[in-house]
Amino acid sequence: MADILQLAVAGLATGGIYALVAIGFVLLWQTSQTINFAQGEFVMLPAFFVLAAMKFGGLSFPLAMLAGLAVALVVLGLLFKRAVVDPVLRHGVLPLVISTIALAIFFKEGVKEFYAADAQPFPALWATTNISVGGAAVSVQNLVIIAVTVVAVAGLQYFLAGTRTGRRMQATAQNPVLARALGIAVERMILYTFLINAALVALASFLVSPIYLAKFTNGETLGLVAFIAAIVGGFNQVRGAIVGGLLLGVIDNFVAAYLSAQYRAAIPLFLLIAVILFRPQGLLGRVEERTV
Amino acid sequence: MTLRRNLRVAVAIAAVALAVAAPFGLKPYGIYLLSLWAVMTIAAIGLNLTLGYAGQISLAQASFVGIGAYAAALLTTQGWPLWSAFVLAIALCFVIGWLLGYPALRVQHHYLAFVTLSFSTLVFLILRNEEWLTKGVYGITGIPRPTVLGWSTKAPVDFYFFCLGVLVAVAVATWGLIRSPWGRAFTALRENPIRAASLGVDTRRYTLMAFAIGSALGGIAGVLYAPLVQFIEPTAFALGLSLNLLLMVIVGGGGYFFGPFLGAAVAVLLPEWLRFSEGLYLILYAVFVMVLMAVCPSGLLGLAERLRKPAAKPAPDVRASGSSSR
Repeated sequence: MADILQLAVAGLATGGIYALVAIGFVLLWQTSQTINFAQGEFVMLPAFFVLAAMKFGGLSFPLAMLAGLAVALVVLGLLFKRAVVDPVLRHGVLPLVISTIALAIFFKEGVKEFYAADAQPFPALWATTNISVGGAAVSVQNLVIIAVTVVAVAGLQYFLAGTRTGRRMQATAQNPVLARALGIAVERMILYTFLINAALVALASFLVSPIYLAKFTNGETLGLVAFIAAIVGGFNQVRGAIVGGLLLGVIDNFVAAYLSAQYRAAIPLFLLIAVILFRPQGLLGRVEERTV
Repeated sequence: MTLRRNLRVAVAIAAVALAVAAPFGLKPYGIYLLSLWAVMTIAAIGLNLTLGYAGQISLAQASFVGIGAYAAALLTTQGWPLWSAFVLAIALCFVIGWLLGYPALRVQHHYLAFVTLSFSTLVFLILRNEEWLTKGVYGITGIPRPTVLGWSTKAPVDFYFFCLGVLVAVAVATWGLIRSPWGRAFTALRENPIRAASLGVDTRRYTLMAFAIGSALGGIAGVLYAPLVQFIEPTAFALGLSLNLLLMVIVGGGGYFFGPFLGAAVAVLLPEWLRFSEGLYLILYAVFVMVLMAVCPSGLLGLAERLRKPAAKPAPDVRASGSSSR
């Protein structure tokens, strides 16, 4: 019983991070049909912004995090949209896939070449101790991750459903043409989703880097798992991304403990294939109407 | 038209002459790179069939190179001749490629990209974890180079000519394939699957076929790769190589016959010629790809075509597959 509680907490923490990354993925897709193959690298990078701000800028850790967030918003939000997505999007989905693959290589090799090739320690947000809950040793860090994720997701949901700007963004996602006719600044709403995505990946980066250390290869599996989480949950729903992320995190931890640590990475893949073959719209997704 | 055809034949002959003359005067490492170029070109030709002609994106080509390489390594180190590895690799990759095509019947584009990506991760895990068969992370060493009809290909130059011979055979066969009704059906599938189906093209069969044949060519490349490097381990066939092959096809020009030749040269030979460090070259290469996608998604050959006859009809371009279903 204690084991199960321990694994569930660890799984929800991992799943929370997957969910943050997957939500960004889904938002970009909804508002601008952007598929970001560099999403994993987007999570890897902000940690290095923070480390660089501490090392070269001499900032304290909290200030460096703010600086890292700001740089992430500019580079992964604004610049990503203006310099990479906008010029390519008119050519269709595939060139954008290729372009973001190239961007992933660019970030990865850039960090390796100009910062460090080996794993860098990253300060923890919170004490790295365990507390005992009913005989189970639960890591405080995992609890913090879960709490931060819940707050972030709740805040985002409130923003999307409860504020005027959020509603405008939803309208843009549902029908850009009609939204424009209603006087919504569609371009600006799309930019907002890019900024939200940048903030989400930065948050995920700050949460995950103390555990796995900051390394240039960190994005490889994260991006893939986040995308699988989005598909499994339902690609056109923010809710889907949350459910998919949590599900994958929990399954991942239980499989590693009880079935096979060697093949734990294969489980999301089987889940992906099963969902695509039997329920392509995802567990919570709606069937997307497609015009020919 | 005949002028263009003559020009093409002349270019092809010149290219073959250059490829034959190239290794003389090079050090063994230079010859190794040329051989690697020939091997990667074969794999990229296979991917170009799947992606460039039939419009089905695949991020799993490296897995088929891996399957081919392991087939060759396991058979030849047990004393079997290399041709048996060719037979096994082609058969295996054809069947697995056919099966991988099934998801492509249901999903397209980015979904398919991630499905094939998952598949390649799966193959990597198997190669790494099934130590009884693949020796896992220790890899397989001492892979012998073949003797073909009494001609030993042990020396780098000889093995290069062996690779070049296989490349020419593959190129000629592919050329024949894309000129045949099958090739036309692949292109129809890329341009507009629904119209193709309404014209009586069995889109289901041709989608699977595009995957199967493209994968089999990846297997052939793998069978050559193992005796070329003489030591193989799983990470060589991980995602990195798949992405590399994908970029080769796109950079050269997806859907152009000579695209893979050019793309493989840019990826394999150019970094050595420019003498950049690997990381720096990859950074510049990535920027180049992003600019290329913004300016001309049909690749270098598409760009050349556009420069030669501006304002003509747009070049055949892979993304045509992207416009139809959204």
